[in-house]
Amino acid sequence: MRVGVVVFPGSNCEYDALAAMTSLGADAELVWHSTTELEGFDAIILPGGFAHGDYLRPGALARFSPVMEAVTRFAADGGSVLGICNGFQVLTEAGLLPGALQKNRGLTFLCQPTTLVVSSTASVLTSRATVGRELVIPINHFSGSYTCDDATYDELVANDRIVLTYKDNPNGSRADIAGIANEGGNVVGLMPHPERAMSTLLGSEDGRILLESFVTAPVASLVR
Amino acid sequence: MNAPASLHGALGLSDDEFEQIKTVLGREPNHLELALFGVMWSEHCSYKSSRLHLRRLPTTGAHVLVGPGENAGVIDAGDGIAVAIRIESHNHPSAIEPYQGAATGVGGILRDVFTMGARPLAVMDPLFFGELTDARQRWLVEGVVSGISGYGNSVGVPTIGGELTFDDCYSANPLVNVLCVGALPKERLVLGVASGVGNLAVLLGSRTGRDGIGGVSVLASAGFSGEEGAASIDEAKRPSVQVGDPYEEKRLIEACLALLDGGYVVGIQDLGGAGLVCGTSETAARGGVGMDVDVTAVPLRELGMAPYEIMTSESQERMVAIITPENLAAVQEICDKWEVRASVVGHVVAPTVGADGVSRAMLRIRDGFDGEILAEVPASALADEAPLYDRPRQRPDWLDSVLADDPTDDEPVGNPNDDLLDLLVDPAWVYRQYDSQLFLNTVVGPGRDAALLRLAGPGLPASTKGIAISTDSNPRWCALDPRLGTALTVYEGVANLACVGATAKAVVNCLNFGNPEHPSVMWELSESIDGMAEACNELNLPVIGGNVSLYNESGGNDIDPTPVMGLLGVIDHLIAPPPGWNWRYGSTLVLVGGRYAYGDAPFPLGGSRWATRRHRRGGHLTGVKPEALHATLPFVTSEVASICGGHVSDVTAVHDVGGGGLATALAEMVAVTGIGARIEELDGHGELFSEFPGRFVMATNDLAAFSARAIGAGVPFAILGTAGGDRLTIGSAIDLSVEEIASRRAGALVEALEAN
Repeated sequence: MRVGVVVFPGSNCEYDALAAMTSLGADAELVWHSTTELEGFDAIILPGGFAHGDYLRPGALARFSPVMEAVTRFAADGGSVLGICNGFQVLTEAGLLPGALQKNRGLTFLCQPTTLVVSSTASVLTSRATVGRELVIPINHFSGSYTCDDATYDELVANDRIVLTYKDNPNGSRADIAGIANEGGNVVGLMPHPERAMSTLLGSEDGRILLESFVTAPVASLVR
Repeated sequence: MNAPASLHGALGLSDDEFEQIKTVLGREPNHLELALFGVMWSEHCSYKSSRLHLRRLPTTGAHVLVGPGENAGVIDAGDGIAVAIRIESHNHPSAIEPYQGAATGVGGILRDVFTMGARPLAVMDPLFFGELTDARQRWLVEGVVSGISGYGNSVGVPTIGGELTFDDCYSANPLVNVLCVGALPKERLVLGVASGVGNLAVLLGSRTGRDGIGGVSVLASAGFSGEEGAASIDEAKRPSVQVGDPYEEKRLIEACLALLDGGYVVGIQDLGGAGLVCGTSETAARGGVGMDVDVTAVPLRELGMAPYEIMTSESQERMVAIITPENLAAVQEICDKWEVRASVVGHVVAPTVGADGVSRAMLRIRDGFDGEILAEVPASALADEAPLYDRPRQRPDWLDSVLADDPTDDEPVGNPNDDLLDLLVDPAWVYRQYDSQLFLNTVVGPGRDAALLRLAGPGLPASTKGIAISTDSNPRWCALDPRLGTALTVYEGVANLACVGATAKAVVNCLNFGNPEHPSVMWELSESIDGMAEACNELNLPVIGGNVSLYNESGGNDIDPTPVMGLLGVIDHLIAPPPGWNWRYGSTLVLVGGRYAYGDAPFPLGGSRWATRRHRRGGHLTGVKPEALHATLPFVTSEVASICGGHVSDVTAVHDVGGGGLATALAEMVAVTGIGARIEELDGHGELFSEFPGRFVMATNDLAAFSARAIGAGVPFAILGTAGGDRLTIGSAIDLSVEEIASRRAGALVEALEAN
């Protein structure tokens, strides 16, 4: 399993994502944002951070980085793509996932543990989890309040694309949404950081089940 | 204060200093030269009032790789890893512009650490404000916290702790200190030295603008007039505050670490206070070489900047690297990748032989490398030869009457339940706004006794070691006795590290004091340094860096002496988290360390938070008996370190007894665990609320085994009671529900901030 972790100027969770992937036995490497070709990778992660300084708004400039055209092709070909935190924001700005992430309800940055509930297993991130399982995974964001129009929301629900929800909504996200998938289930974005929940030494290892799914689940096996 | 009549006066130089400059140069300085001296000889840059006293601190040890005087102190942590640490203040800028003041404080301390070749791994922020009943204080708190959050989170360095103190003495002079710790492969250590005639000085990072001119001299080396009260604090000084850009800094960090990894850098220095003149004169002076700086080669933000503005601007996110000419192309390539501007602004040149036959390393400012020489000054005169003052010191005559007003003697007991609830403040509202987890190292984060990190990071050799950091201060103690108060603060820091199983290895300090021209303040500073030296000598701890922030005064009123101690500890084997504050049902609760300060003397309430809440600021401190601590501190450290190393233990919880005393420590543990406790009758409100370091609440599930170990180690202890139930009762004095304790503690800060 060869995983590429995309680095934009201003990304800061790239080494954490790399460490998490490596600990799961994946062959992971950093991919600079000017790259235009992702051939040979089995999966791509857009990590957390502040790509291009989050200037204008999170993800608004990163979607124009050369690598994003390649990521779009990679996703269209069925490749697994995971956007964590800032990576989720980039995926929505790039149109690979619907909706948008607004400032938190309380208008402050929030770094804290949250309890997530798995609400769908039809994604590359949740295929090995079970619906209803609770996972303690931290959030770390200022703009993490998920929003979308009613039609989009209805479609997300109808197609089982809401993959994770907050048990106690910390940021005002619509319908407690913490993570969603695209129609194929191969592109997933979530605001919480599963790579920060890989070890009891650091407080939780509940992120393992998600990232294990990501590095092991062949997309074709997803049942929808 | 009247406006100074002379140019040198306007630049913050005294008449005597002006005469000394003329002697150094053997002529009248021109305006540019005078401006260079103005910033480099400022109190902030030159430590001219404190250097004499700082020499009394112990600074050496077998594991010390770099001591004070460089950009950061560095120790050898073992396993091929060196750890760099530095603490600074950004007090004056934050008083005027809290968001940018705090943000640029974070930026500056990060540069100090990655200048040494270390990747910054964590930041801590001790913060001091006036009471939140004042609307201006609420504005300051929100501005400072969002500045730290806004800058620190986006620059990608976790903020793992700090301190939060409210006291009226900081109403006009908030203190914003910031500590940074970083790590590097030991062999990559670099110093801020220029060497090699013909080498190039390359300016990296932001363009230079007019922001922050005079930050060190106009702003940080003078008090606030406060003539119209705190709300009107010196609006005219606002342009001296710098503006930060964390995205620029993030790219600068990555580019500099890549340059160091590639071995392209001979020496490197950050441009903080006093800007380019500081960076070039310090590197040249350390290397004993001259430096030609071309002001026309400096990329500018705006047209028409005068040479003195270019040389003294404190525009943020800039570094100067000394490289060989052959490496210029490689340096440019790395900087291009990270979108970091790189411009050759200086040449390292041989010292100049003067008419007297003496060779001097000169800093020459030129209009083009072959152009007119605009200024020519010995680099060491700027960097090392600032005046050294032995300012008058006088123990204040009012101190005796303050000491005599001892709350231990006559302050009425009141209602201990109410008093305890009043002392509980959870700082979570602050630290939830900080990314405390980046790099997957944070084993114990903010809001506990000390922060504990895995010693790991990109590019570091593999290790199972951990490092612990705590910041401690107690201005209440130091106001009564700056010498003993500072010594006790050092012990408090060591005790906090013990709670996470770490052994203290080094100290950095940030000495926040009032106006050094007040003899009482100089006395406090000198006493405080002596107290630190005594404690560090006793504990065999080297002081590897520090910062002195003077002129924390407003309208003639000085802050209480506020020396902040940053303690760095190491734990050799970190594979499991320390027990923390979470005791279990049925655990026996034990007070470890002396129950009494000494003998059977009454519990001292002087300097306690309890007495301060009652506006009783007098009384006496009680000295710690170091011999008692010499058994207790290593005992607690080894108990916790054993658990961190993966060994099974009967110990379920450890918490240092700190501010607010024993009752507060117990209530904090109740709030965190959600489990109550039944504590036996204590010796009155003195034992509930008195504060002296070296005491711990520990919980054990096997009292017999625990007692045997404590007795074997010669450590005094007393059984307090048992964990369980849904109330905290302490004899007949305290009876509160777990729920009330938890909710009051959680809500205290938020409610105070939301008041109008």
